[in-house]
Amino acid sequence: MKQVIKLSVNGDPYTVAVDPCQTLNEVLREELNLTGVKLGCGSGDCGACTVHVDGRAVSSCLTLAVEMDGKEILTAEGLAPSGETLHPIQEAFIDKGAIQCGFCTCGMEMSALNLLQKNPSPTETEIREAISGNLCRCTGYTKIVEAISAAGEKMREGDR
Amino acid sequence: MRLSHFDFLAPATIEEAVGLLQSKGADARLMAGGTDLLMKIKLGAIKPGFIISLKKIGGLDQISFDPTTGLTIGATALLADVADHPDILKHYPTVAQAARGTANVQVRNMGTVIGNLCNASPASDNAPTLLAMEAVLHIAGPEGKRKLPLDQFFKGPGMTALKPSEIVTAVGVPVLPPNAGTAYISLSARGKLDCTAVGAAVMVTMSGDVCKDIRLFVASCGPTPLRAVKAEEIIRGKQISDDLLAQAGSQASQESRPITDLRASGEYRTKMISVLTERVITEASKKARG
Repeated sequence: MKQVIKLSVNGDPYTVAVDPCQTLNEVLREELNLTGVKLGCGSGDCGACTVHVDGRAVSSCLTLAVEMDGKEILTAEGLAPSGETLHPIQEAFIDKGAIQCGFCTCGMEMSALNLLQKNPSPTETEIREAISGNLCRCTGYTKIVEAISAAGEKMREGDR
Repeated sequence: MRLSHFDFLAPATIEEAVGLLQSKGADARLMAGGTDLLMKIKLGAIKPGFIISLKKIGGLDQISFDPTTGLTIGATALLADVADHPDILKHYPTVAQAARGTANVQVRNMGTVIGNLCNASPASDNAPTLLAMEAVLHIAGPEGKRKLPLDQFFKGPGMTALKPSEIVTAVGVPVLPPNAGTAYISLSARGKLDCTAVGAAVMVTMSGDVCKDIRLFVASCGPTPLRAVKAEEIIRGKQISDDLLAQAGSQASQESRPITDLRASGEYRTKMISVLTERVITEASKKARG
């Protein structure tokens, strides 16, 4: 039997009827059309589906939508709500060439935000640890690590 | 990988949760963080008709420290919160280290220490340190509450001493003895994210250079975390020396029953148990002496 949940996604309120066996990933992608949220492994290993729930990075593929009643969700779409001005993390990923095929990018950016909100000037090791749950099969990670470091600097300057 | 259908129940009290477990029987599964349970459903290993979430039960996510009774970690306390908790970092740094070494950031923001214990994987990152520190499980069930030492909990891969309709509500860790030191080292192919291939955890209580007491557990080298009783005997009551460490390491290897699987070969595990045993005892005894 479907259950009605109310949740906030990227600042917008939604009321959705969900099946208990639907994941947050399925609801975000299929009901709300937020396809920046990817589905990779479906087992919490690859990080492509990473979103924030009440300010914490989680794997949306292993999160039940029915448990999201009253929660605040942030997806990569919410990083640049206007669609015009990019978030410093997104700018840094472009500037540093940290995007190749792009499949991991949104999840990487959400993990980067999770790190930089707590630790605005991380070391390279801290960055690598923070994205150890996000797989990238193109870049070899170096450019991503550089981008996250640069984003930290931008965010400190802009105090965003 | 879609989840098969189930009904979702979120009781508000432990008593209600026990009642639901009784009425739904084997068709119901308890869920804390869900990172292990939902994977089992996705893979088709289990197909429960009901999931009973513990997350709406008030106070179950608490982590508390009392200087006389010790540490209590509630059933829905997240791995991430255990890893960052100031009292745990101060008084039980190895418990925080094990939580921080579990899976990845995202899973630590969803999964729980108790869930990791109840999943009863021989490769559990959180079991060995808690076993070494004489942790005790708080259990609620149809016949009321009981406590069970963690070293009587694991019965095999995925198997525990929980009776039908029982719930682990918390894990307690006593105040560590004076001059105690703890250490945990785990090895895996990637070093991050993947399951522990071999690990060792120890608590030693020192009196100068002499080891008064020791609890040594080997991880991922048997159907459950194993206590290396004979290796402990070599160290207990003695002055720790390189020679004694080598003997204890060799003995711990002999006491373990490692298999060969995709994470490591049995030969590698056997050799590493010996090395890790020496390293954890050395590290813990250094910490104990301050």
